[in-house]
Amino acid sequence: MKITIERATLLSALGHVQNVVERRNTIPILSNVLLVANGSDLSLTATDLDLTIIETVGADVSQGGATTTAAHTLHDIVRKLPDGAQIELTLSDQSRLAVVAGRSSFALPCLPKEDFPVLAEDTLPHSFSIAADELKRLIDKSRFAISTEETRYYLNGIYLHAAEAAGVPMLRAVATDGHRLAQVDCPLPDGAASMPGVIVPRKAVIEVRRLLDQVDGSVQVSLSETKIRFAFGKSVLTTKLIDGTFPDYQRVIPSGNDKILEVDRRQFAEAVDRVSTISTEKSRSIKLTLEKDKLHLSANSPDSGSADEELVVNYPGEDIEVGFNSRYLLDIASQINGDSARLDLADAVSPTILRDVADERALYVLMPMRV
Amino acid sequence: MPESRALCRDCGTDFPTPPVERRCPFCDSPRIIEHAELEELSVAHLDCDAFYATVEKRDDPALADQPVVVGGEKRGVVMACCYIARRYGIRSAMPMRQALERCPHAVVVKPSMTKYRDAGHAVRALMQETTPKVEPISIDEAFLDMAGMRGVHGTFPARILDNLVRRIEKEIGITASIGLSYNKFLAKIASDLHKPRGFSIVGRADAVPFLTDKPVSLLWGVGPALERRLNRDGIMRVGQLREISERALVARYGTIGSRLARFAIGQDSRAVHTGEIQRSISSETTFRDDLRDGAALLDKLWPLCENVGRQLKAKRLAAGSLTLKLKTSNFKLITRSRKLARPTQFGTDLFAVAKPLLSQEVGHRKFRLIGIAVKDLLEFEDADHADLFGPTTEHVVENAVDQVRARFGNDVIKKGRTFRP
Repeated sequence: MKITIERATLLSALGHVQNVVERRNTIPILSNVLLVANGSDLSLTATDLDLTIIETVGADVSQGGATTTAAHTLHDIVRKLPDGAQIELTLSDQSRLAVVAGRSSFALPCLPKEDFPVLAEDTLPHSFSIAADELKRLIDKSRFAISTEETRYYLNGIYLHAAEAAGVPMLRAVATDGHRLAQVDCPLPDGAASMPGVIVPRKAVIEVRRLLDQVDGSVQVSLSETKIRFAFGKSVLTTKLIDGTFPDYQRVIPSGNDKILEVDRRQFAEAVDRVSTISTEKSRSIKLTLEKDKLHLSANSPDSGSADEELVVNYPGEDIEVGFNSRYLLDIASQINGDSARLDLADAVSPTILRDVADERALYVLMPMRV
Repeated sequence: MPESRALCRDCGTDFPTPPVERRCPFCDSPRIIEHAELEELSVAHLDCDAFYATVEKRDDPALADQPVVVGGEKRGVVMACCYIARRYGIRSAMPMRQALERCPHAVVVKPSMTKYRDAGHAVRALMQETTPKVEPISIDEAFLDMAGMRGVHGTFPARILDNLVRRIEKEIGITASIGLSYNKFLAKIASDLHKPRGFSIVGRADAVPFLTDKPVSLLWGVGPALERRLNRDGIMRVGQLREISERALVARYGTIGSRLARFAIGQDSRAVHTGEIQRSISSETTFRDDLRDGAALLDKLWPLCENVGRQLKAKRLAAGSLTLKLKTSNFKLITRSRKLARPTQFGTDLFAVAKPLLSQEVGHRKFRLIGIAVKDLLEFEDADHADLFGPTTEHVVENAVDQVRARFGNDVIKKGRTFRP
């Protein structure tokens, strides 16, 4: 193998694939990136056995071939080479990859390409195309709620499935950690109607989101019950899905909450942020006290004192007092882009619904805390 | 009434001057303590004597005159040893093998933690009856602040403490030593001076000369590493620290330097903190033979998680983070910590977090010890339990198992994962 490639091209491709490679690996080959030179392309593959990213870029291939070498090391080298450099990759014998640019030269140990794990090429029967912006939105507005709890591994991702909202078919992303839940819809793309509900693991969500920054236009999604693939032009990400049953989330979205509060989103977020300065590090709880057209936010901590703030709001309902984790309130408030937020409350112990008044397609549920 | 300068430890009589020949004229006891500041000092450190071993001797009088060592059999370390065993050079934390080489006829007793816990709680209850200001350090030792208790008990702190120790001996059947001083660090040093059944006093007037010739390792915060550094710099005795300015000590040793400077002149401004909840709970086990196999290590991990979960529940605490501890066959210590997504007191949750931490370390290395510790503890009532989906099956199962065990005993029901046909 002998190729010459533009530094910027190689750096961006390595940048995309190397995130998949875990810093600590018990299986040595998983630290490596697979490089395959063929025709006028170089393809780079990285995997952690669950998630694989392949990116193909143009290169001047004088001799085809393939090998694997340490992904992070190669990325670091290329990153430190001067902008505009032409990089020559040469596999002289099977155990060393020569990386040469200008006066710098490196020899990296290699492992044979045959040892690189190849994930089984499953058939992915369901396939649809989705606008990159829509997919971005689905991820951005839901991923903060993904759980990190090991015991409920089936919550460690985004549940992507076909649903209906007011009779209109939708592609829906749901994420929850048991404290809060995010549900985001977009119009159902053609071909997605028959797709099974799948749980896309957190790591894949993060990588897909990263790759989305590089694309305009659309993303081709194909999936089966066990795998999903996102094709972004020159890069393709394939991941195993979380093998579990996502809980019946509809059950926990309350329908009878009759105490409706409308509040200026920015004022609300800023007030929550200010008052939460006082709430204890451990609980982060703040108290919302509602009277007619008045919202009182307060926090108390044995160590740091107390805080109070009052907001003029639109609230016709009866007096109520409810506590929330301030960080969760802020997370949700920052997902609301419109001017006003709406909270549908029931009482101090039942879930509250939050939404953007200007956006019917996203909804958040938040569990109260005892205060 | 003249101030008392001496006290009989056996009958509690106090005297303005020490009695002739240092024997109590009332009970003929030689256990007289005397100190110029006897009536004034009010910060105490109470430390049970060879706690585990003493509890074992209490429960089996046949052991009374035997050298008793508490700990695991072949591989373990000495967790506690009685004062007879100590005469043979046995110390706690010594490998059991070495202990038995020094004293082959020592009686090795397997630890029964529940028994020690009960005794420890009983001691703590008596301390808390004596003063509300009790700062527990571990199951068998605590600081007591006796300031202001004179009015409650009608006598001075030293005598109240002496009464307390006698109650512990009588009601719980174990012995303890007291260190009495004007601050925590001196009280702690004092309690160790005349064990067992000691009562040692370091007053304001004698603190500085008392400390001068003591090795620096006696100071709180001076562990083996810092001791080596100090010794390398030629500082062996506490008195030598006084020859160096606080600023220079801080510059050389970091923030601990200013503590060293103050300790060296007998000053310690830390208050006795009460009601502070425990900082960590841990459980660990040393293997009979070193283990490499992941499945075998997991088998060892689950009982630890279950045990820590049980302690969390008993203390009504929830854990915010977990640390996995491994010791390789060549004694290299590996710790891996994780913050928990939500505070828990369930063994199943701890296991779920510890398992991936363990599997990252499993490979070619052999291990001799595995342990877990939970930190960032908070009162269970303060943990946020509200969950949109209600309790998980695992939690329901664990609660049910706990209830069955509470009624029928620990061994009647076990998780399938520990079952090997």
